[in-house]
Amino acid sequence: MSNTLVVAELHEGKVRKSTHSAIAFAKQAGAPFSILVLGATAKAAAAELTGFGAAKILAAEDASLANYVCERFAPTVAAVAKSGGFDTVVVTASSYGKDLAPRVAAKLGAGYAPDINQVKVDGGKRVYRRPTFAGNAYAFCEIATPVHVVSVRQTEFAAAEPSGGASPIEAVAVAPADAAASRVEFVSLEQGKSERPDLGEARVVVSGGRAIKEKFAEVLDPLANLLGAAVGASRAACDAGYAPPELQVGQTGRVVAPQLYIAIGISGAIQHLAGMKGSKVIVAINKDPEAPIYQIADYGLVADLFTAVPELVAELKKQA
Amino acid sequence: MKILVPLKRVADPDNANKIKINAGKVDTTGLEWKPNPFDEYAVESALRLTENGTNTKARLGEVVVVTFGPKDAETTLRAALATGADRAIRVDTTDDALDGDLVARALKALVEKEKPDLVLCGKQQVEGDSNQVGQLLAEYLGWPQATFAGSIKSEDDKALLVGREVDGGTLNLRVTLPAVVSVDLRIVNPNGVKSKHTPATHAYPEGVRFAALMAIMAAKKKPLAEMKLADLAADANLKVKYGASEMPPKRAAGVKVKTVQELVQKLKAEAKVL
Repeated sequence: MSNTLVVAELHEGKVRKSTHSAIAFAKQAGAPFSILVLGATAKAAAAELTGFGAAKILAAEDASLANYVCERFAPTVAAVAKSGGFDTVVVTASSYGKDLAPRVAAKLGAGYAPDINQVKVDGGKRVYRRPTFAGNAYAFCEIATPVHVVSVRQTEFAAAEPSGGASPIEAVAVAPADAAASRVEFVSLEQGKSERPDLGEARVVVSGGRAIKEKFAEVLDPLANLLGAAVGASRAACDAGYAPPELQVGQTGRVVAPQLYIAIGISGAIQHLAGMKGSKVIVAINKDPEAPIYQIADYGLVADLFTAVPELVAELKKQA
Repeated sequence: MKILVPLKRVADPDNANKIKINAGKVDTTGLEWKPNPFDEYAVESALRLTENGTNTKARLGEVVVVTFGPKDAETTLRAALATGADRAIRVDTTDDALDGDLVARALKALVEKEKPDLVLCGKQQVEGDSNQVGQLLAEYLGWPQATFAGSIKSEDDKALLVGREVDGGTLNLRVTLPAVVSVDLRIVNPNGVKSKHTPATHAYPEGVRFAALMAIMAAKKKPLAEMKLADLAADANLKVKYGASEMPPKRAAGVKVKTVQELVQKLKAEAKVL
């Protein structure tokens, strides 16, 4: 197998960094690959992707693709996959990829391997490895159909770096929307405003639990600012309203794997661990010495977070 | 409104770290069966959409639950009936005979028989963590999909305003029924679901409802039909074939530090991440 279609993800007209993980998969799967960009300004965004060694950058540009609606995007992805003779369609398993990929697979009559963390070839067959049971087991699967649809876990496929060259940009036709599109209306996208790095891409994540209570920002912000970190939260902190839902890390929310993850006042429920245990170094600060988070933390500090975190900020400043 | 809710039982997700791998197979011995949490949220959402909030005994519509599994998976259906679902269907099969695509194809046939206005499902079952059946089903039916719903507002029982939890925020979609909606965990917040029959001021208790003993007894008498997988899907071929599983790499045991100073020193000198 060797002709992969990467589906790019745009955000406010720009290519999301998550796209680089799908490109990394395509490079591992073997050349050639092409990248499909869909959006109201797809051609301009396509220009961001010409340096990654793709055979072509395919731009499906139409005003109807200004906002992501699956019933409008999936038909074009499937049509391009068919007409271009692609045998693999890959997208990063962001909320966009997870929504889009199954619908594309169903259109293509293709098997779908979701949220994979590794691909390898075994006896001439491609084998996909994926986390199951909230990351407590890795399952291996094969796809029995000629065409494969795959979504890749962003944290497990390191973002592809530009490799030079200038892939040609080619306009492709936008397929008619699904009949169901007439029954879906994009209303709005509400986003949290933040100057911080994206949770999925940050080198350091500072995450807080319910124990911080109303002082969530007061306690975490100075540390996050000092480290240039993204801020995350446990489900409990989000449910209690101490942190907005888009900060949640875990089975619901974002999967992160930064160089350094600092869990503050987080006990470590399985659903939270599922979203962060791929982090390179994990630090836990919690006053309960029995908290499950300590079973996976590289460094644990049993302490009251309200004194330990300001002390940590002071110590880091002193040593800076 | 008639709502179909697919359900699955899973090995106790709060103890998923206790699973073992024996000869390449996941062994869940010792773990209790529990309803898949996201499916429980779908049942709760279906109940909220078909009542007025104040009288939970009066169902304004019908909630039908379906599972794919062996006879003893009926426990999961009975639990849903006890919380208020009206009727249940068990499609006789086993997990090994299924993949997400086959479940979606069988559900399509069931939807064509049952003709619900809405299929409400969990966003993923927490064993396979595949997150696909709702989307596949929507495509097979030619219906709109709204996945990862953190809120649903029924505007007039013909259209739903769905707040989808997406990376970085909430994406609001209006879908006209019939449609497929998959739910995320915040759907069971006090104001996650509003039926058009519910007073605007009504707030539900947090989470899913529990069945009273009387309701558990009464649920034993509610209709539970059995179907064969072959009646719903003539082609039982799987598109995705699972082989062995393995344990993920274990994290090496960490150390406890005594002071903030020691922590910073270790992060700098040992871990080299600062």
